[in-house]
Formats: sequence, C-alpha cells, structure tokens
Amino acid sequence: MELRSNAPTGPIETRWDRHRAEIKLVNPANKRKYEVIMVGTGLAGAAGAASLADLGYKVKAFCYQDSARRAHSIAAQGGINAAKNYQGDGDSIYRLFYDTVKGGDFRARESNVYRLAQVSVDIIDQCVALGVPFAREYGGLLANRSFGGAQVSRTFYARGQTGQQLLLGAYSHLARTVAEGKVDLRTRCEMVDLIVEDGRARGIVTRDLVTGKFEVHLADAVILGTGGYGNVFYLSTNAKGCNATAAWRAHRRGALFANPCFTQIHPTCIPQAGEYQSKLTLMSESLRNDGRVWVPRKREDCTRDPSSIAEKDRFYYLEEKYPAFGNLMPRDIASRQAKFVCDQGLGVGPEINGVRRGVYLDFADAIKRDGKKAIAERYGNLFDMYQRITGEDPYSVPMRIYPATHYTMGGLWVDYNLMSNIPGLFVAGEANFSDHGANRLGASALMQGLADGFFVLPYVIGHYLAQAGKSKTTESSAAVTATLQETQGRFRKLMDIGQKGSRTVDDFHRKLGGIIWDNCGMARDPKNLRKAIEQIPQLRDEFYSTVKLTGSGESLNRDLEKAGRVADFFELGELMCRDALERDESCGCHFREDHQADGECVRDDDRYAHVAAWEWRGNGPEARDGNYVRHQEQLSFEYVKMAQRSYK
Amino acid sequence: MAETIDLKLHVWRQNGPKDAGRFEDYSQYARGISTHASFLEFLDVVNERLVLDNKEPIMFDHDCREGICGMCGMVVNGEPHGPQKATTTCQLHMRSFRSGEELWVEPWRASAFPVIRDLSVDRGAFERIIQAGGYITARSGAAPDANAIPIAKSLADEAMDAATCIGCGACVAACPNASASLFMSAKIGHLNSLPQGQAERDKRTLAMVAQHEKEGFGSCSNHYLCEAACPKEISIRWIARMNRDLLSAAISYKPAEQRAGGDGLSWV
Ligand SMILES: Cc1cc2nc3c(=O)[nH]c(=O)nc-3n(C[C@H](O)[C@H](O)[C@H](O)COP(=O)(O)OP(=O)(O)OC[C@H]3O[C@@H](n4cnc5c(N)ncnc54)[C@H](O)[C@@H]3O)c2cc1C
Ligand code: SF4
Ligand code: FES
Repeated sequence: MELRSNAPTGPIETRWDRHRAEIKLVNPANKRKYEVIMVGTGLAGAAGAASLADLGYKVKAFCYQDSARRAHSIAAQGGINAAKNYQGDGDSIYRLFYDTVKGGDFRARESNVYRLAQVSVDIIDQCVALGVPFAREYGGLLANRSFGGAQVSRTFYARGQTGQQLLLGAYSHLARTVAEGKVDLRTRCEMVDLIVEDGRARGIVTRDLVTGKFEVHLADAVILGTGGYGNVFYLSTNAKGCNATAAWRAHRRGALFANPCFTQIHPTCIPQAGEYQSKLTLMSESLRNDGRVWVPRKREDCTRDPSSIAEKDRFYYLEEKYPAFGNLMPRDIASRQAKFVCDQGLGVGPEINGVRRGVYLDFADAIKRDGKKAIAERYGNLFDMYQRITGEDPYSVPMRIYPATHYTMGGLWVDYNLMSNIPGLFVAGEANFSDHGANRLGASALMQGLADGFFVLPYVIGHYLAQAGKSKTTESSAAVTATLQETQGRFRKLMDIGQKGSRTVDDFHRKLGGIIWDNCGMARDPKNLRKAIEQIPQLRDEFYSTVKLTGSGESLNRDLEKAGRVADFFELGELMCRDALERDESCGCHFREDHQADGECVRDDDRYAHVAAWEWRGNGPEARDGNYVRHQEQLSFEYVKMAQRSYK
Repeated sequence: MAETIDLKLHVWRQNGPKDAGRFEDYSQYARGISTHASFLEFLDVVNERLVLDNKEPIMFDHDCREGICGMCGMVVNGEPHGPQKATTTCQLHMRSFRSGEELWVEPWRASAFPVIRDLSVDRGAFERIIQAGGYITARSGAAPDANAIPIAKSLADEAMDAATCIGCGACVAACPNASASLFMSAKIGHLNSLPQGQAERDKRTLAMVAQHEKEGFGSCSNHYLCEAACPKEISIRWIARMNRDLLSAAISYKPAEQRAGGDGLSWV
C-alpha cells in the first residue's frame, strides 16, 4: 500500500494558501444536500461541526456524555499556543513550526505542522469573538505565558481552565447551529462501528447509551473527533469515558493506525494513592514556571519532613542536569528523569509495591519572591484541587508529583486533507496522528483541535464532497445490514459471557493497563515488549471467558459499555507494544532503553524517519502474530534540519 | 496514612423515569473504604462488589473526575455534591466522613431533570437554555484581530468568574423552587459582560429566560441555597444582574423583523 500524504510541495509558507486556492468547492445550494457525520464534540468536533453547519452542510454530531460541553477538552488546564507574537519576544509562525517539528523529534510531517502554526493566529481571533475570556493585562490586551519547553511567551490562557473556556466557546457555537436546525446533536450515543461500502466510508453504527438500541446513521462523509486513547493504560489523566472504540473500529474496517506507540507521559500529576485509584489528576505544567522540582539527595531523607531537609541535601535534578532549561525541560525528559530518580530510591510519598513514586514540586522560593497572593492568582485553582485530593496544603508543603499518561500522539493515519486511507473518513484532533510526531509540546493539542475544526475541515470536506459526490448507500445496502448485525453480535456475545463471568470489567482493565504501563510506558526494552505481547492475548482470552456483566444489553448498561471499550483496548494495547518493538530506535516519548546516550533518546534517522501505519488483518479476538501489516510513510525534512535534540 | 472506614450506605435506586424508586441499604458493600479515595471511587468499589454479588451496579454520571466537566452530581445527606464547600462530588474525598457515619445518596430532584436511572438525571433542559441564546454568533474565520478590542482586566476577570460554571445542576437541586437561575444568569452574565456579547445582549437575555420558564424551572425567590451548593462558587450577584439586564431588554428590545428593514429572521 502506498501512503501518499497529498501534501503540497513548493515553498512551505505558501503551501496551505495555494492548496486552499486550488481546492474544489461545493456550490452553496448543493451544500445542504450533503450530510456529514461528526463523531465527537470536543474542540475538534464542536468547532468542526459548527463550522461545517454554518457553511450549509447537514451535520449530525455525536458524543457519549450527556452534553457536548463535557467532552474531555474541558479538562485542559494550561493554555493554547498561537504565534501571535503579541509579546514582541521574537515569536513567529516559523518559530512555532520549528519548535513543534523539533519538539516532535522529527517524526511529524512538516507541511501539516506549518499549517498548524499558520492558522494558530486565527484561532485566538475566533475564540475571542466567541466570548472566550482569556487572561488580560491591565491595559486590556491579551496576556501570555511561556509553557513547557518554549523560550517565547506564546501561550494564551484562561486561569487554569483554558480547555474549559475554549470548549465552552466551541460548544456555544455548536449550540447556536443546533438551535438553527443545522446540526442534529445526539448525546449519550456511542459510535460502535464504521460502515464502509465499496471502499468508501458511508456512515456509522451507534448504540444509544440510555436505551441500548443500535442505530444506523448514513452520510456522505464521516469525521472522527473522538480524542485520544490514553485510557489504554487504565490510569491516566483522561476522563473515565475516553476510549479508542471509534478509531479502533474504523481501524478494523481498514483505516491505518499510525504510530500507536507514541504516547505521552505528563511529568506533573498527583501520584497514585492506592489500589482503588480510578484516574490520575494532572497539575498543569505551567506550575513548572514557578515550582522547583527536587528529591532528597539521600535515601534516608525520603521520609523526612521536606522543610527540614537542608538546601545542600536537595537534588534539583532538572536544574542541575539541564541548566539552560531547568524545570521547563520538555515533558518526556522531565518525566523520565522523575522515573529515574525514583527508581534509584530517591522518591517521596507513599510506598506502593516497594517504590516511592513521587518527587517534590516546591513553590517556597516563588512565594518568597512574588508573594503568596501572586502565586494564588496564577495557580489558585490548581492548588485548591491539589489540596482537595491529597489533603495537603501546597502553599506550605511542597506538592508531590509523578508522571502519568496524558496524551496520545499516535492515532488514525490521515493525509494532508485529514482524510484516512478510507475515502470519506476524516479524523481530527487528538484522534489523528498528524502534527506532533513523537512528542507533543505543551499547549499544542488545544491548538490542533481548533485548527482542524475551525480552519481545516471546512475546506477539505468540501474538496472531498465536490469530487466524490453523494453516497448512494441506503439502510438496506448489504454493507449496512452486515455491519449492524456484526456489531449487535459482538455485544450479545459479551452479554452471554458476562452472565456466567466472575471478574469485573475494571479488574481486567486495571491488569491490562498495568502490563502496558510497565512494559510500554516511559521506558521500553525489547525483552519486556515481547513479554507484554505474550501476556496481553492471554489476558484477553481470560476476558472473553470470565468477564462478569449484570443487567441486559437492551437497556442502559454501564458495564457493557465499558466492556466494549476494554475489548478494543486489548487489541490496541497489543498493537502499541508491537509498534514499540518494531521501532528500533528512541525518539521523543518512545524511549527504548537499548537506544540511549545517558538517558537521552538516540534516533535512527536512516531507518526510522518514517510514520509506521498499521493495517489490520486479524479477524476477531483470536488475532495472533502476523495479523498486522506495517506500512511506512517516509518523512522528509526540508526546512528544519534534523539534529539530535539537545537541551543541555 | 491510609486509614479505612466503614459506612452505613443508603442509595436511591430507580429503574427509570416512571419507576417509583427507593433507598437500598448497601452498608455491607461499604466497608473498609480508604479515606484517601474520592467519593466516586468509593462508589466504584461498592459497584464492583455489587456486580460480583450479581446485582446491577449503581448508575451515576461522571467523566473527568477533576471537578470540571460537570457530569457528576448527587445529593449526599441532603446536600448537592455533599458536605464540602465548593467541591464537586468527584472531588469530595472520604476523609470528609467518619467511620460508622450514615450516608444517604440520591439524585438531583427537580421535575425539569427527570431521572434516567438511579443517580443519573436528564439535564437536557440546560442544553435548550443555552441553545436559546447562550452564545455569540461569530462564523468561523470572520473574526477581527483578537487585540482589536481591549478588554479591561477587571471586566475579563469578572466574565471569567461567571464563565467557570460547569453546568452541573447542583443549583437547581439545592433550590426549593428548583430554579435554574444561577446557571442561566452565569451564562448571561459571562456573555453580557463582554464587548463581543453586546450585539445579541437583549435577545439573549429574553430568549434564555423564556426558555427557562418553558422548561418548568421555578423562579428565584432569593433563598441563596444555590450559591451555597455551587461547586464553582458562582455568586448570586449574577442573578441580580440578569434581572437588571432582563428589565432593560424588556423595555428596549425589538426583534429584527419588527424594525424597518429588518433581516426578517425570526427569534424565539
Ligand atoms: C487533564 C488534561 C489537561 C490537558 N491540558 C492541555 C493544555 O493545557 N493544553 C493543550 O493544548 N492540551 C492539553 N491537553 C490535551 C487536550 O486537552 C486534548 O488533546 C484535546 O482537548 C483533545 O480534543 P479532541 O477534540 O480531539 O477530543 P476530546 O475533547 O477528547 O473529545 C472527544 C469527543 O469524542 C466523543 N467520543 C469519543 N468516543 C466516542 C464514541 N465512540 N462515540 C461517540 N462519541 C465519542 C466524546 O464524547 C467527546 O465529545 C490536556 C489533556 C488532559 C487529559
Ligand atoms: S451555577 Fe454552579 S451549581 Fe449551577 S450549574 Fe453552574 S456550577 Fe453547577
Ligand atoms: S466527573 Fe467531571 S465534574 Fe465530576
């Protein structure tokens, strides 16, 4: 299979403009004849659905929550990047592009990244127009801060609730189009399969989460804005409902899954407190602007009251190892260094399975310098959240933090037009793989979601529809009935097993997550990856014989929903490990112990400067070795010179 | 460190909007709970035990578990979101309770929020209030430069105070009249405070208030219980502001089609 990015060539600054100028258009009167399905109402989905609706397309949007406003984008705290250069500190579209390619460790497509940087400036304009109350300076202009790894202040924010405010902006946009009858919005409704006929995406099968009913929805184009798959790890900073089902089902229908092993671990999360833990909470990394990361130099100090540990006995490991960037080191390095010091026995906090997994994030110096009030103004709600969760007061006791899974750079493969290899199936936001390479920079996911939704989808969908025309598939088409039946069969089977089962869905999910975290988390090596590739199918077999469910499939059944998602996580988790094993190099967040120099990634550009895009050849849960085929999209770097990242 | 507690747990079970519903005693499933667990993690533990005992798990809504998505919410011992001030149910932790303590857990109660099952209610009415006018019309790609209109920091901060509402519905559950005034006024206040929100100000206020009434929410008679229950500490001052905006809108607003040369579009 040849993977064509369809990215324009020529000078990078003008690629998107030229592409837009050449793109095919649908005439206004015809737009309302076209139906577009948008699965997901996060930043990518809500912005995309509303923008397409305003252009005149008939849009149907779906989310699994009870309201579009609750998509997981709501939880983003820190901010959104844009190359506005409002601070006059030397930022530019080119610099944001450059930082993103470099930050992604040269595993993203230059053309896509440039476009992202370019439209970033429009996002802020659009959001202000929608009423997003970004932070402002006293003169009334927009405020910015510097964020994880950036040396310019290009991050826009709304207290520690940037994602909330951006999503509420996009949601209100969507709400207006719903009120105007342009969007049919279905909440508590989950996509459980993709319908493909004659190689084109034709629609989706959904399960109504209240009634348990399966429904078919047909359209001329299907867009997935369904977010990331971080919950494959069970413990992550994602919302409990975040899942990979939409993307995975599309994958099983032929869509290639790209770079599944590129998952990001966030350095500043609240450490796990016990077995019952259901999720991990992120403390925005903007905290690293003022907090100093340290652990005791001596093991015997690890259980002591931190305030009693003398300055000389504290190991400010990021500041010492990386004086130029210090506490603002990129996420992957900051995370691995935390794991490294904890593995050496210098961690703090509760001991779980023999290791203390926590490091201090200390604000004492910042409070001394700027005063408690200024710190409270900057991080008040984060401090409150920390205190609610841990029962400790971070104004007087240093926070304890530890890395947790946070974001997935991998996702469905898309070309420059955000279209997967299945014509008519588009993927936007975190669900696609396209812009962040092997590591995402802070405050760039919100940017990507809104860029895709507001400014890319409206063009590329028209371009596709103008060429492909209306889909002729009807409810009685063979592909539709077959897909519907298969889907129903899949859930019925789970219910059948569940009647006699003995272990809860969460129990399986926790075990699966544990395997993946231990072997395909912050550090990976071939031996462990091979072990995981053996263990996962075994656990999956147990799942398919002993999972326990109650109730019925034809009504609200939360455990059945979860079981469907966990079933997909099993397959995706295995693919992640295979991808991590095959990628015989380290890059960005993919850290292979056997390819490192002093704890830093050693890439192999000769062999791996490509996107790995996996094709599903398996059939059913029995899938074994050899059922996956790995395709490659070669990456070329014409503008940013490939170099080993160096932050020293 | 990790102490555990036993609770006397009573949970409202209701099979659907038409079922009468009743409290069930789940104390036997509520033993040995870590004080570091969140309230929802406590219910997770109870649910896993129920399932292994062949009983259907308690349905409750939740997603982010970080106090921001607004999906969770239940009444604990008579208080929406439980006893801790300014805290959603998902952020409430078991250290707030003593061993042996009695817990009564039930859904938001309001006729505009029909029960879906157990602790989960249908908040579709909130959606329709927002759809009635809780937006600023701004087509994608047509916006002026973000710094074209400076906004005083104090004004932006104030708009942000209102905009932090998470749409959970605790204000309705707390109100003796089941009024959604706090929720509605927060959205109106956010948008009406900003220069960008002025063009649709009157129309927005009138339409949202009309929809609120249509949904069957009661009106505000100044009990202030909403403010006390609100996990985001939305101030009741927003209700006063909304009433002011409503008055001025009622006096001055003319829908476009009544104006000479209007755009002929209808409004709600
Ligand atoms: C705690 C946290 C903090 C973050 N902070 C930042 C930050 O400061 N800056 C930044 O840039 N990024 C941040 N990120 C990352 C960023 O928030 C996400 O990557 C981004 O919001 C994803 O947006 P999205 O639109 O792609 O997906 P989401 O917002 O996750 O939306 C997914 C949508 O798909 C729907 N959906 C999913 N599956 C199905 C299905 N099968 N059927 C129907 N509907 C479905 C959901 O209902 C939802 O509406 C953070 C992430 C987390 C977890
Ligand atoms: S005003 Fe407060 S209580 Fe009411 S919906 Fe908003 S956040 Fe919830
Ligand atoms: S689960 Fe999101 S606010 Fe509680």
